[in-house]
Amino acid sequence: MTTAAPERTALPPLGRVCLTRAGVELKEFFRQRESVVFTLVFPVILLLGLGAVLDYDLGAGVDFPQYFMAGVITAGIVGASLQNMAIHIAGERSDGTLKSLRGTPMPASAYFVGKVAQVLAVAVATIVLLLLVGVLVYGIELPSGADWLTFAWVSVLGAAACTLLGIVVSTLARNGRSASATVTPIALVLEFVSGVFMPFDQVPGWLQDVAAVFPVKWLAQGLRSVFLPDALAAREPAGSWELGTVALVLGLWCVAGLVLCAVTFRWQDREG
Amino acid sequence: MGALTPAGRGHCVLVQKDSLLPTTRKLAAGPGREPDPDAAISVRGLVKRYGDRAAVDGLDLDIRRGEIFALLGPNGAGKTTTVEVLEGYRKRDGGDVRVLGVDPARGGRRWKAQLGIVLQSGAGDSQLSVRELLKARASYYAEARDPDEVLELVGLTDKAGARGRTLSGGQRRRLDVALGIVGRPRLLFLDEPTTGFDPEARRQFWALIRSLRDLGTTMLLTTHYLDEAEALADRVGVLARGQLAEVAVPAALGGRGTAPAVVRWTEDGVRRTAETATPTAFVRELAARFPGEVPDLTVARPTLEDVYLKMIGDNS
Repeated sequence: MTTAAPERTALPPLGRVCLTRAGVELKEFFRQRESVVFTLVFPVILLLGLGAVLDYDLGAGVDFPQYFMAGVITAGIVGASLQNMAIHIAGERSDGTLKSLRGTPMPASAYFVGKVAQVLAVAVATIVLLLLVGVLVYGIELPSGADWLTFAWVSVLGAAACTLLGIVVSTLARNGRSASATVTPIALVLEFVSGVFMPFDQVPGWLQDVAAVFPVKWLAQGLRSVFLPDALAAREPAGSWELGTVALVLGLWCVAGLVLCAVTFRWQDREG
Repeated sequence: MGALTPAGRGHCVLVQKDSLLPTTRKLAAGPGREPDPDAAISVRGLVKRYGDRAAVDGLDLDIRRGEIFALLGPNGAGKTTTVEVLEGYRKRDGGDVRVLGVDPARGGRRWKAQLGIVLQSGAGDSQLSVRELLKARASYYAEARDPDEVLELVGLTDKAGARGRTLSGGQRRRLDVALGIVGRPRLLFLDEPTTGFDPEARRQFWALIRSLRDLGTTMLLTTHYLDEAEALADRVGVLARGQLAEVAVPAALGGRGTAPAVVRWTEDGVRRTAETATPTAFVRELAARFPGEVPDLTVARPTLEDVYLKMIGDNS
């Protein structure tokens, strides 16, 4: 070997690396029994369990399973994004996976593209599963027409905001285990005060105000507009679905999350 | 060198002076001031502090291209800190560092594409198979090695389909090395690569390292095993208290090559010891005193371990 040899500086195309990362992330998720059970199956168990136990009459011919579809899909999306990202990225940071990747020429963007692909796949799988169970077991009414479009953008925007927040939480956590202990109660409390498990108008007013600061409430509200007849919009705090505010708040959380990610993200546990 | 030019900016007379200065400095400096841009690794006055404790305190180091360099030192001497500064993982507090001609603090993806890094901690758990992990890693490089060839090289072909978590400790470490070399690095960092290996696995690993050397890979190895450093390294450096106590070929470290030999034998039922600079003459003389074999005769030079322990004892 001579020093005159040309330096090798070629890099593979970004698209190819992103595809690789997406494949890696899908395999990592779907081959791990715990993550599949807790993220994918848990919302289904919630739907079956609570659907069998709780019996509200919400008026306008809406029973609890029909009302709960929006809530349980919210829980599914939060599980696939916020909880999944917080726990697994913290785990990858603790066990050296991130540090190892950081020592390769893999672009950081490809890593995050892989994570987005994972969240999308898991969220879509969860939603399809929940809709199937909802229709087959409870005969819930599927959305129609323009509601599908609302369903799509609310889900995507909500998942994006929660994914970014999950990445931020993963960095705040000390390690993988503490991430799980931190984010699970956070997610449950947010879901509880956001009307996921019960009609939102039964949540005390001050808690409604607290919930309105966070994205989960707006995700759930947007999804209620998809699964509930417009007559029930009257039971929302503003007396309407407020889809414009849903888009605005979720969008703001995306921006805030992106900034926080860029500022706080670390590839290894703290030096020292 | 750039530090000199601003003084002469705009002055014709000084420009002429400037053009002479770098050469003069380089000659005068020897292994001193400026990092050597042709070296694989060149370090001048590296300082890294944690709080008010300096883990690395003014370290100078040059590693030639194609060389295997072993960095030895007790725990806490600054080995991993030094290596992680070179790899670009840690920021330094002072000094000048060039790795393949680039400052690691500014090393981009094209620079990283030329490195292979085997971390002390290894890579994390994965649901992917050994071959899938290697193929994924290979895809981050434009000119990667064939994953199956790499598996053959590290002796993991039988385990290609196994998930990472089902491997034994030694197999995991070989997987770490495989991941480190699949990108065809010019420079390979190996941080305590054989910790937890049984003796046979270590011999196999050494053979792997030698075959990589034959392919022209420069290697910086940190290890606790002195026999490993002696078997593999072209030169060894001993770190103590954040500085290089000595750099030498293994056979000459600590004056080993010229140190007095220790001759031991038994005479009149008593164990005798003598230090001598001329062991051959001494043994010839000894042989003449005995009718047959000299009882329990041994002739020894200090082992690498002897001189190493003495050096770190002196320094810490």
